[in-house]
Amino acid sequence: MSLFEIYDLTVEYSDGTESLQGVTMNIEANEVTCLIGPAGGGKSTFLRVLNRLNDLADVKKVSGKVMFKDMNLLDPKIDVIDLRRRIGMVFARPLPLPLSLYENVAYGLRTAGERSKAKLDRAVEQALRQAQLWDEVYDRLDAPASRLSGGQQQRLCLARTLSLEPEVVLLDEPTSALDPISTAKIESSILELKERYTFIVAPHSIQQAGRIADHVAFFLQGELVEYQPASEIFTRPRDKRTEDYLQGRFG
Amino acid sequence: MNHNDFNKLYPRRTGLLTPRNMEKAGYAGLTVLTILTVLPIIAVVIYILVQGAPAISPSFIFDMPRDGMRAGGIWPAIVGTIYLTVGTAIFSVPLGIGAAIYLAEYAPDNRVTQMIRIAIINLSGIPSVVYGLFGLGLFVLFLKFGSSILAASLTLSIMTLPVIISTTEEALRAVPHAFRVVSISLGATRWETIRRIVLPQALPGIVTGVILGLERAAGETAPILFTGAAFFLPRLPQSPLDPTMALPYHLFVISTQVPGMPVQIQYGTVLVLLVFVLGMNLIATWIRSRARARRQW
Ligand SMILES: Nc1ncnc2c1ncn2[C@@H]1O[C@H](COP(=O)(O)OP(=O)(O)OP(=O)(O)O)[C@@H](O)[C@H]1O
Ligand SMILES: [Mg+2]
Repeated sequence: MSLFEIYDLTVEYSDGTESLQGVTMNIEANEVTCLIGPAGGGKSTFLRVLNRLNDLADVKKVSGKVMFKDMNLLDPKIDVIDLRRRIGMVFARPLPLPLSLYENVAYGLRTAGERSKAKLDRAVEQALRQAQLWDEVYDRLDAPASRLSGGQQQRLCLARTLSLEPEVVLLDEPTSALDPISTAKIESSILELKERYTFIVAPHSIQQAGRIADHVAFFLQGELVEYQPASEIFTRPRDKRTEDYLQGRFG
Repeated sequence: MNHNDFNKLYPRRTGLLTPRNMEKAGYAGLTVLTILTVLPIIAVVIYILVQGAPAISPSFIFDMPRDGMRAGGIWPAIVGTIYLTVGTAIFSVPLGIGAAIYLAEYAPDNRVTQMIRIAIINLSGIPSVVYGLFGLGLFVLFLKFGSSILAASLTLSIMTLPVIISTTEEALRAVPHAFRVVSISLGATRWETIRRIVLPQALPGIVTGVILGLERAAGETAPILFTGAAFFLPRLPQSPLDPTMALPYHLFVISTQVPGMPVQIQYGTVLVLLVFVLGMNLIATWIRSRARARRQW
């Protein structure tokens, strides 16, 4: 059984945009699945379905079936709080909360009710190490997070998501605003951690997908055009449109 | 393009009207305008200080009025204004902040909430005497609170609420939406997000709104005129259902209703009211600057 089994997923925004149309795919655990495609293809919408952040957006209609283990994520009655602790998200822009470094990383655990200072300390250190930020910040955990550089802030955001030890980490163009060094650190974190987590990433370039992906899904205007193991899709794309996109002929 | 070509294409302007000189002139002009607006305020404060300061003494502050208020102190008016301000705060601050949180964070964006918002904005434009009459009808007569601190505080609260609601709502809306999304993506509820992220960020703006509202309440005469203000009382109010003296009304009384009133006492009273209101302002500034120093973005 796959971790996610998605069947005929359709999402319509209240302005009438059908940003996903009949998407059917399975996503495997402990892999890096990349969603590629030109702007407006529906990659962000897809990611937000998986942790129900679309509840905050102007969505009119969601239909189909999205099974995460034995839970249907489209069921309005599921515990979304618990879901978001199990499926975390990192956004395109580094978005530290207006708190200290430490409190940023501890935020999720604190809201989950963790009081023990020792446990929080340990979780914060582990998450910061996993995001490859610990060595740069261990001596100023009480400083405001806004003082970090953009690349450090984004790694802080990754650590903040990892601190809850989620099962799945969604990353929506996590390196689109970053320098090459921070980008490389985030990519290597992903590769090192995929033993423990499942990553679903909208990479900011095809090259990035090439460096990290096990599976690649190509979205075009809400349609899932092709979904293949990375080695397949990059060498032998089946669909003409995928080939055109990979060769930079549009988007 | 090398630098010489650039200068040929865009020759430097010379003479009096160079951009640099215009910038200087504009700056000077704005400085003068600023000083002009602040000057009258400073003049008023200095005038009141000079006229009122000789009246100030411990007995002026802490004694009861004597000789038909022509001598003695203004203690009951000071105490009354404190009671009324605190009373107003008790009702209007939780209610106003609560309503603003609802409007900014929970209310759906539809016709009804738009109407509520328009109503609130219009309420803050209503003359205060109208609130006074409303309070007389509702609290003093209908609810039978009589002319009392309770009725006056409730009346002042209704007048203050729109200010608190709209400034608080604005302060909440100024907090970037992205913080809310991030917090919720980490498994926080809406309320946890508001309490842990949004409210602390909005605090300086909220405090400003609250103090602005309460200041207006502390200085108003018309709303308490029919609802709780007393011309003269021989003793301090004993319960919220007693009427009370209050600084602004006392000022009105000793300025217009009592013949042979020493000018000193009038200005002394003005000075006390001014210090009271400025003191609130100072507290607000202090809280704001502390919050800003702790702000982390
Ligand atoms: N909140 C929203 N309200 C209305 N329409 C939206 C909203 N968010 C996205 N859309 C629309 O849905 C479609 C898919 O958008 P989405 O952001 O999912 O694409 P994307 O693949 O992530 O694009 P990009 O590469 O630019 O990030 C677009 O047509 C977009 O305009
Ligand atoms: Mg996107």
